[in-house]
Amino acid sequence: MNQYDAIVIGAGHNGLTNAAYLAKAGLEVLVVEKNDYIGGAAVSRELHEGWIYSSCSYVCSMMRQAIHRDLNLTKHGLLLVPYLGNVAFGDNGETLVGYTDEEANYNALRKISPHDADAMFRLHADLARYAQLIRKTLLRTPPDPTSFRPRDIDELLWLAKQFWGLGEKELYEYIRFFTMSAADYLEDYLENDLIKATMASAGIIGTALGVYSPGSAYILLHHVMGDVDGNIGAWGLARGGMGAISQSLAGALQESGGKIRLNAGVRKILVRNQKAVGVVLENGDELHANIVVSNLDAKRTFTQCMDEDDLPSGIFNKAKNFKIRGSSGKVNIALSGLPKFKGVPNNRYVNRGGQAFVGSLETMERAYDDWKHGCWSKDPFIESVIPSAWDPTVAPPGKHWMSNFVQYCPAELADGPWTPEKRNTFGQTIVDKIERYSPGFRELIVHMEVRTPHEIEAEVGLTEGNIFQGELTIDQLLFNRPFPGYAQYRMPIKNMYMCGSSTHPGGGVSSACGANAAREILMDLRLDNTVPDDDFYDE
Amino acid sequence: MGDSNTITVDPFEEERPKETHFHARMAVLNIRENWAAWNGYKLANYFYDAEYEYFCVRNGCGTYDICGMQKYFVSGKDAEAMLNRMVTRDISEMNVDRVTYLVWCTDEGRLIDDGTVFKLGHEHFMLTCGSPSLAWLEKSCYGFKDVSIVDMSERIAALALQGPTSCEVLKKMGLKDIDTLKPFGIKHFPFGASKDKPLMVSRTGFTGDLGYELWIKPELALEMWDSLYDAGEDYHIQPFGEAALNMARMEAGFIMPLMEFNEALKTIHFRHDHTPFQLSLDWLVDFKKPHFNGRAALLKEQHDGPEYTLVKLDIEGNKPAEECNVYSDKGCENEIGYVTSAMWSPVVKANIALAMVKTKYLKGEIWAEIYYNKELRSYTKVSRCTVKEKPFWTHPRSRATPPLPY
Repeated sequence: MNQYDAIVIGAGHNGLTNAAYLAKAGLEVLVVEKNDYIGGAAVSRELHEGWIYSSCSYVCSMMRQAIHRDLNLTKHGLLLVPYLGNVAFGDNGETLVGYTDEEANYNALRKISPHDADAMFRLHADLARYAQLIRKTLLRTPPDPTSFRPRDIDELLWLAKQFWGLGEKELYEYIRFFTMSAADYLEDYLENDLIKATMASAGIIGTALGVYSPGSAYILLHHVMGDVDGNIGAWGLARGGMGAISQSLAGALQESGGKIRLNAGVRKILVRNQKAVGVVLENGDELHANIVVSNLDAKRTFTQCMDEDDLPSGIFNKAKNFKIRGSSGKVNIALSGLPKFKGVPNNRYVNRGGQAFVGSLETMERAYDDWKHGCWSKDPFIESVIPSAWDPTVAPPGKHWMSNFVQYCPAELADGPWTPEKRNTFGQTIVDKIERYSPGFRELIVHMEVRTPHEIEAEVGLTEGNIFQGELTIDQLLFNRPFPGYAQYRMPIKNMYMCGSSTHPGGGVSSACGANAAREILMDLRLDNTVPDDDFYDE
Repeated sequence: MGDSNTITVDPFEEERPKETHFHARMAVLNIRENWAAWNGYKLANYFYDAEYEYFCVRNGCGTYDICGMQKYFVSGKDAEAMLNRMVTRDISEMNVDRVTYLVWCTDEGRLIDDGTVFKLGHEHFMLTCGSPSLAWLEKSCYGFKDVSIVDMSERIAALALQGPTSCEVLKKMGLKDIDTLKPFGIKHFPFGASKDKPLMVSRTGFTGDLGYELWIKPELALEMWDSLYDAGEDYHIQPFGEAALNMARMEAGFIMPLMEFNEALKTIHFRHDHTPFQLSLDWLVDFKKPHFNGRAALLKEQHDGPEYTLVKLDIEGNKPAEECNVYSDKGCENEIGYVTSAMWSPVVKANIALAMVKTKYLKGEIWAEIYYNKELRSYTKVSRCTVKEKPFWTHPRSRATPPLPY
């Protein structure tokens, strides 16, 4: 059979979410995936026997609980386990242990800075207030501010009401917040550099910005607005790796009769008379559908899977200029034992949490300078977590693996294309840095998977290896995502939609983009909505 | 300040909670110093973080101190007949080395307590339960010649090991063929220097997942703990307290005294205790066996149907419906029952509750009026409830022998 109600391109978590909701509404849905495994960037891969890496994304906090509950992902094998604690390492070996327990955390901060220990309460309250507002928009379609349709006007009024609800002073603060740098924002609260650097690191993850670049404050918010079971700011690991999320979504999809076809990369989206009518696969197969949904990023969708002639003028250029710069790498390391870190209490809890090799604000800014000059950071910011310390299923008993997210790493190097040698040197940079804080680390290494933006683009399909499918700056957020006028998941070609992280609310394993797109598609088809409303702890 | 020769007497000694046989190890791990008490013993409410410990039970494995549980040896030629007259379930078909869950009632058919019976030999049983029951047991011996009751509560150290990796840990500890032990089975193992088999393991628990309970004499308790924790190190072993246990048992749909039921012998008002039928424990009442305590009253209850029935509710939203009433209408005018336990279930991602609802309203709409607090302000929310037939959480590995891989 090669005729479907809907074809979704890309079996990443948003594509699977989108397909699951379309299938739930009774549509015949096919998800086509270029790899011989599903998951996109939410994937678990056994690259060395006995070790299961979350090759790309490694933790989650934005996964919409309402979707998890509604699609019964637990039944399909998903167990999200929150992990506790985090240690930040400074340039000179100083450490800051973040505890889940409020009292313990206060005492730890106080040891470094009594002022900041105190100020942290105000910072968290303010961030929580901002996050509360943004969180409400995640499972909603952004309004078109230029439209006079009642639906857009209602949604704009709703949004305005939420903003006005903050009060006049907070409104000013909020607008400032969207355009500030993470470092400048934190300046108003904190005095200690390590504490500032630790907080600011959330403002650069996945983005080609430095801690002093305007716009990084919002990214910080994007990383603290999530929650696990109502614990705001908490992060969870999926038991079995991030692929468990995709697998459970696939389970929900298949339960509703949806299908997945592997090894089915899309060469072109078929357009007839300004309407999307199907796809041509790389092997030449033509598949037809009434609806085509792209879970690929905006740049890839329009510049690689479509003919410029099929598109209205301007869109092709918008896609070409879509800001999706690669800035990060990922180094997954299988270990023969649990690494020990200098200056970290050796107890059953703390040395199992996450590690943030932040150095200082200056070190992070210099790391960004390297990227601007077309090379990877010589002294990079690394955010690490040891999933095997929390999940007994991802490494053999007593063995571990460490996920290292590295910033910065450019998609294109100044001295010519990426080569396996350069990739290895990049990997060694990371090992060297960790070794500085964990003597003997190198000896524990059993296997390594080094992923630069080059590998991430080649394997996952994310342009430039950008983890968010497009940067999360104000010019590409809300009704500007991916482009102004196209933020409601409908694309300029009739019957064509987008459902990936290039759309609102952007990157992160949230399932929100896919669900929002499904709601819009069902509305166009005049079918009953199958997508649940979001559910909040702080309402 | 006395010098080192002064013998100091703790004037509060008698009042302080007793320490269990595992206390020395647990005290070190109780970072938060958060202790509750159970039958006079100190018992951790949580050690580090209640939710973390709960996740250890669902993801790796955890240990729960059950020294505070009451344990009675019931022995003699008439032991089986005596127990069979006392409890509502038929235990005459039980094999040696098997365990069964059961309840016992007053003559009025009201639930006194629930517990488990271990058949340790043809004329030798162990009864375990949450509350001291010596007086009732002795009363229940009336008319039987050859039966003796010995309170073993302080003479057996017991530890529950629960969670997906629990079988692997016991294997690593050297318990041969532990994976062939079936649910509700018992096996005896050699341990330490002892020549006999001093370690008894039952495949039982209170978390709704794979799990075991370990029984040993107090002198070997700490050695067993150490051996277990050595073996468990690579399998994510963690002690858990009452808070985590309460979460896990609610997801499994298990009842707790003072939550779901008030023990009949401690109840002042006759309408405040329960029959097994009200608690949806019909399957524990066997009218085919010879006479037992409460039989006539329970027959009548079965015929008339219970006024209230304990049900599992899935509630909209995420605000736990703790201590709230339920209604048959959204306007909350017709009250039809009350919630006994409620929580947000982190693994199922559902707002769950156990509730006593008037049986005749079970087919209709059920609404919960939920109260919650936010920064000192009190809020109310009315949420729709759906009755669930199955436990909120189960896993096939908990029934499989050998258990499925973790």
